Amino acid sequence: MKLWTSLAGAAAVVLAAASAHAQIDSIKLGTEGAYPPYNYYDASGQLIGFEIDLGNELCRRMEVECEWVAQDWDGIIPALLNGRYDAIIAGMSRTDERREQIAFSNAYTVTPAWFVASAESDLAGLETLEETMAALEGKTIGVQTATIHENFLREELGDGVDIRVYDTQDNLNLDLVAGRLDAGLADATSWQAFLDTEDGAGFAHFGPGLTGADFPVFGEGVGVGLRQGDTELMAMFNDAICSMIEDGTLAAMTTEWFGVDTSTPCEQ
Amino acid sequence: MNFELMGDSILPILRGAQITVMLVATSIAIGFFAGIGMALARLSRNPLVSVPAYAYVFFFRGTPLLVQLFIVYYGFGRADFVKDTVFWAVLKEPFWCAVIALTLNTTAYTSEIIRGGILAVPWGQIEAARACGMSRVLMFRRITMPVAIRQALPAYGNEIILMVKGSALASTVTVMEMTGEAKSIISSTYAPVEIFIVAGSIYLAINFVVTRAVRRLEHRLTPYQRARTEADEKQAGRKIAFAALRGRQAADDIALPQPSSDRPQD
Amino acid sequence: MIELLTYGDQGWGDEMLRGAGMTVAVALLAYAFGIVVGMAGAAGKVGGGSVLRGVLDVYTTVVRGVPELLVIYLLFFGLSSAVMKVASVFGYTGYIEVDNFVIGVLAVGLISGAYSTEVFRGALQAIPNGQIEAGRAVGMTGWQIFHRIQLPQMLRLALPGLGNIWQLTLKDTALISVTGLAELMRMSRVAAGATHQPFTFYLAAAALYLVMTTFSQTAFQRAERHFSRSVRTASGQPAP
Repeated sequence: MKLWTSLAGAAAVVLAAASAHAQIDSIKLGTEGAYPPYNYYDASGQLIGFEIDLGNELCRRMEVECEWVAQDWDGIIPALLNGRYDAIIAGMSRTDERREQIAFSNAYTVTPAWFVASAESDLAGLETLEETMAALEGKTIGVQTATIHENFLREELGDGVDIRVYDTQDNLNLDLVAGRLDAGLADATSWQAFLDTEDGAGFAHFGPGLTGADFPVFGEGVGVGLRQGDTELMAMFNDAICSMIEDGTLAAMTTEWFGVDTSTPCEQ
Repeated sequence: MNFELMGDSILPILRGAQITVMLVATSIAIGFFAGIGMALARLSRNPLVSVPAYAYVFFFRGTPLLVQLFIVYYGFGRADFVKDTVFWAVLKEPFWCAVIALTLNTTAYTSEIIRGGILAVPWGQIEAARACGMSRVLMFRRITMPVAIRQALPAYGNEIILMVKGSALASTVTVMEMTGEAKSIISSTYAPVEIFIVAGSIYLAINFVVTRAVRRLEHRLTPYQRARTEADEKQAGRKIAFAALRGRQAADDIALPQPSSDRPQD
Repeated sequence: MIELLTYGDQGWGDEMLRGAGMTVAVALLAYAFGIVVGMAGAAGKVGGGSVLRGVLDVYTTVVRGVPELLVIYLLFFGLSSAVMKVASVFGYTGYIEVDNFVIGVLAVGLISGAYSTEVFRGALQAIPNGQIEAGRAVGMTGWQIFHRIQLPQMLRLALPGLGNIWQLTLKDTALISVTGLAELMRMSRVAAGATHQPFTFYLAAAALYLVMTTFSQTAFQRAERHFSRSVRTASGQPAP
């Protein structure tokens, strides 16, 4: 008897929290909040970063109300599929693997991947791909979980290296500084933000910038992640992104946050 | 429900289960003896010994294991005073950081469980041992400890299960134990529910084995109870029976006296 | 290092305290939910039929035998799709979002409820059968026996166990940081990542947790003394 009343109570709570989207006048944007300079928290507890500015501008152009939802990276796609939010704006590269689960908008930025190590290590100063890959053999390398960088390491270096997987890039950086890692692999702009900090001063990137052109595993630039079938929302995002590309806002925004223009062409 | 995926995930998750078992076994093995030492320190009449032990237990029981793990892993990873010492060779490895955090944690809980067991040793048995002329060490070894451990066993069984469950947190510091493997599979298959059901079942199986082993040990350590009739059982005193019952049911050392500053233990 | 913990826009002190507030809110609601589940579960385990008992046994065994982290992940990832599937049976095909806070309360509450069930069951069974027979002999109904004889003693007997479950529940809320809910552990992780000062922030979090557990433990000890005031023991201390 009591069990049923408690279950009914629980059901009522769940239904009260349920909400549906009849028409697109408000959407929720999912982001990670631990990936400077793309999306992160400042000391006042506010989400800031390139993608926060970008998302807000896109929403303004799409004329929809937007609300940001922070979500740990390893659950960011399942949570989209569960309807926790309607779009992912979290530095997510458009890869074939992810396209099996979700759809992507037009790309809004494209940057290479870098290896980073202590400036004093024997890895620093390496230049070509061949010598880099050979030197990494047997090393301990950190990557963020469920990223193109993790996939790259597993595919190209596999069992030859000790791969350490981190929940956030921030924690990877902490361990790099701590000295638990010989090197890390991540996005160049994210590394640049780290290298510019006090902690990152003793570190440097090495080897070539890795891109999707050479390794398909890196995908084709960073785009907004959407549920397959949300075609109306997809069209709205594509239009808004292209309008930002065409009037130069995107180029200005990437330059402001990354120091270089990393914007992409409109694909339509 | 994707059953094929569940089948494919069993092997990698079992590989992680080996690490889980290694984590737990190492922590439990060290934590058991450290826990006995800590319990004795807590019971010491010398405040220089008992107060630090109390503070230790207070800290490790009063904060979440996840916080303790992060202090050991990320906190000490940043602390320069550790870097230049021999400890860094150990702290550098995520596996050992997890072992350290789990051991520190289980030592605190184990010490409370053992202390409860020691306090529950009937005074008559101590008197009898003294009357036989046993030395303190001999009495401790032959009377107090065996009886205390027997009393504490149900609660200690729960503590082992808590450790098995707690070891899942090691996945947050890059250790690829069961939960870590499961999360890694999820990151490429996006099927969290299926994979967690597989991992959860293996955790249940491990805990089932632990429960069984503790029961068997209990049975072996109580030869006198095996011969008893049910009527005798009831006579044995409800208080102890109830304490054991509660100890078996709710984990967190429910049968034990709470540490408290206003209740001097002696 | 201290300026990092100050209040206001430059420090993380206010975020940490707000996180602690969220932790308390989740813990209190989850604990209350767990007690309701526990009472119902104990009643079902003691007085229910074999099917109900079987279901409750599976519930308490699974939830207490599987890492809390897994229970939280399962509900976090599975609950929305389960609710959506149920809704689609009734013809609703949109997305239904279950709030992180609700998931946190439900997940921690279900874990807490499994332990509460066993504590209440132990307490119920510890009441001597003779008292219930005596109740029947003087013509009490089942309800009268429950609320005049069983309930008052059950609360006293369950209190030490419930105190421990509160501590468990409070500490378990740290795990729902993985869902992104802005509680204390989440805020410390964010702050530690953003400032690269993990030692400071995890120690600060530990201190805040200690304050919460110590404070509530004292409250529970008072309650224990209060509810045991009618029970005398040789030592004059509250009975277990």
